[in-house]
Amino acid sequence: MKKLTITALALSAAGSSTAFAQEARSIDQAVNETFATLTGPFVSFIFSPFPGTDFPWIVMWLVIAASLFTVYFGFIQIRGFRHSIQLVKGDYSDPNDAGEVSHFQALATALSGTVGLGNIAGVAVAVGIGGPGATFWMIMAGLLGMASKFTECTLGVKYRNEYEDGTVSGGPMYYMSKGFAERGLPGGKILAVMFAIFCILGAFGGGNMFQANQAHAQISSVVGAYPGWITGIIFALIVYAVIVGGIKSIANVTEKVVPFMGVMYVVTALVILLLNYDKIGWAFGQIFAGAFTGLGVAGGFVGALIQGFKRAAFSNEAGVGSAAIAHSAVRTKEPITEGLVSLLEPFIDTVVICTMTALVITISGLLIVDPATGNFVLDGGSIATVGGVSGVSLTSAAFATGFSWFPYILAIAVVLFAFSTMITWSYYGLKAWTYLFGEGKTKELVFKIIFCVFVVIGASASLGPVIDFSDAAIFAMAVVNITALYFLMPIVKREMNSYMDRLKSGEIKRFKH
Amino acid sequence: MSAKIVIGLDGSGSGERAVAFAKKQAKQIGTCELIVVYVIEWSPYSFQTPEENEQRHKRREEETTAASSRIVQPAVDALKADGLSARGVVRHGHVADLLNAVAEEEGADQIVVARSSEGGFASRVFGTSTANLVMTATVPVTVVG
Repeated sequence: MKKLTITALALSAAGSSTAFAQEARSIDQAVNETFATLTGPFVSFIFSPFPGTDFPWIVMWLVIAASLFTVYFGFIQIRGFRHSIQLVKGDYSDPNDAGEVSHFQALATALSGTVGLGNIAGVAVAVGIGGPGATFWMIMAGLLGMASKFTECTLGVKYRNEYEDGTVSGGPMYYMSKGFAERGLPGGKILAVMFAIFCILGAFGGGNMFQANQAHAQISSVVGAYPGWITGIIFALIVYAVIVGGIKSIANVTEKVVPFMGVMYVVTALVILLLNYDKIGWAFGQIFAGAFTGLGVAGGFVGALIQGFKRAAFSNEAGVGSAAIAHSAVRTKEPITEGLVSLLEPFIDTVVICTMTALVITISGLLIVDPATGNFVLDGGSIATVGGVSGVSLTSAAFATGFSWFPYILAIAVVLFAFSTMITWSYYGLKAWTYLFGEGKTKELVFKIIFCVFVVIGASASLGPVIDFSDAAIFAMAVVNITALYFLMPIVKREMNSYMDRLKSGEIKRFKH
Repeated sequence: MSAKIVIGLDGSGSGERAVAFAKKQAKQIGTCELIVVYVIEWSPYSFQTPEENEQRHKRREEETTAASSRIVQPAVDALKADGLSARGVVRHGHVADLLNAVAEEEGADQIVVARSSEGGFASRVFGTSTANLVMTATVPVTVVG
């Protein structure tokens, strides 16, 4: 009798868990479908190609801007590189300013918002669709993007608001309204409002849903599939605890562990590359050959280029304007110094970390090559992979070819990266929100709660619609931001020339040798 | 003879012993200026959230005011009440480095600190501020037990 009862109980439990799983899946599906329908038109507008080509206008927009800034500022990313490092080291920091936000801290905070899933999952998406050649374009976009970042972060510091209580608020909204007014140009306020709206959408998209989504994908690849909303709710609760509950300890732990994870990621990648040193030359060969021929990927050379540029922009956010918010907290008399420091960001993020990921994926042999032609075997729009993996799972599998335990570490890293990016982006979103609606406890709380709701939606939706919306929202910020940068770049040039002259003449003192 | 003595405080009771010792010395010397220094431990290479960065300037002012009013000023007042010449300095940074830096800037003859009150794992690994000061100082250091 007892045995029967147990069996009956077990059966009913099994029955209800199946029903539970089905219900959960249908919730996921419902969220997913609604989301795709709602965001579809916005996404297709942002990524619409030039008439008669398949080249999205937005990618061109970013690359042209970055190239123009590079030329306009006389290759500042090369000329100023050494000085940037000296600034981060604190060689030019006045000891009397000790205790204020240092250049290093502003850079580290901004990096914690950009180094993350873009470097792990985004690169895998780029290489998976555009082939290793996408890496070349990613590096190019990273190098050019340094000039965009330099421009926006200089302006971010120059036009920030400093309040009486000593706190600061800065970012594109402020340089748009104040900078345009200073130059006697109309429309600054309109651009600022547009930017703020897109920044809020970007905070919900790339800064939130994409992160939640990929974190869920990574966790379920380790522990087995389960409904996304469960991860979503857990994540949302932790994010809520930090941004609403003000539980600093969680944020502090993340802020300390994330840089450690970043270093560990790069070191592991380096070790894998060293172990396969005989393949490094070949991998670079693939990257260069693929950059100009596509090696048979969908869309050929243009496909590789688009993917490389797109992922680089999404990863380092140069031209997007987000970093200007983080960098504006630094207390410096010379806004240009923060611009110089910020140009290291795309370098570390894209040129170093993204390239590591791309190289490991390339040498892992997971991308299937047709031995007869030497070209990649296509599966739908992307390259066929061993085991059919894509996105973050592709990176994970690639690293696992070197170290079988790495997926576990990567799962932890992805979760932490996702979390720190969410915290940073919740701040960016909040700054845009308070710019639009004014500061105030209730207003801020409303934003923070909506932010947490989007964590759940992001974890539940399937990759396609989330990644598309994330990109679209972030790129929409770039449309407005770069427009403003074109009008304000003479101000940056004036600042830069004055600073460089004073640096040369020795008027700007070096405190540490 | 005129002299300058830097007194390093750490906000604990042991600092009083350092003050008492320096006071005795100053009286024996005759014309002596006492500089009471408190260093707020801070590193430019720590990691902070965007909110912390935003409020950093405000916090720094608060930290400086608190350290000055609670630790440094009472010691300076007590020394002045005894008829000695004294003033206070509050800085942010690395304790051992800054005590020595202040002593060098001021041309002090001696640094007086109390035996360390720090404990725990970190001080076992990296050494206490007092030990670091003794090892790196370019000015004579007296450690009061």
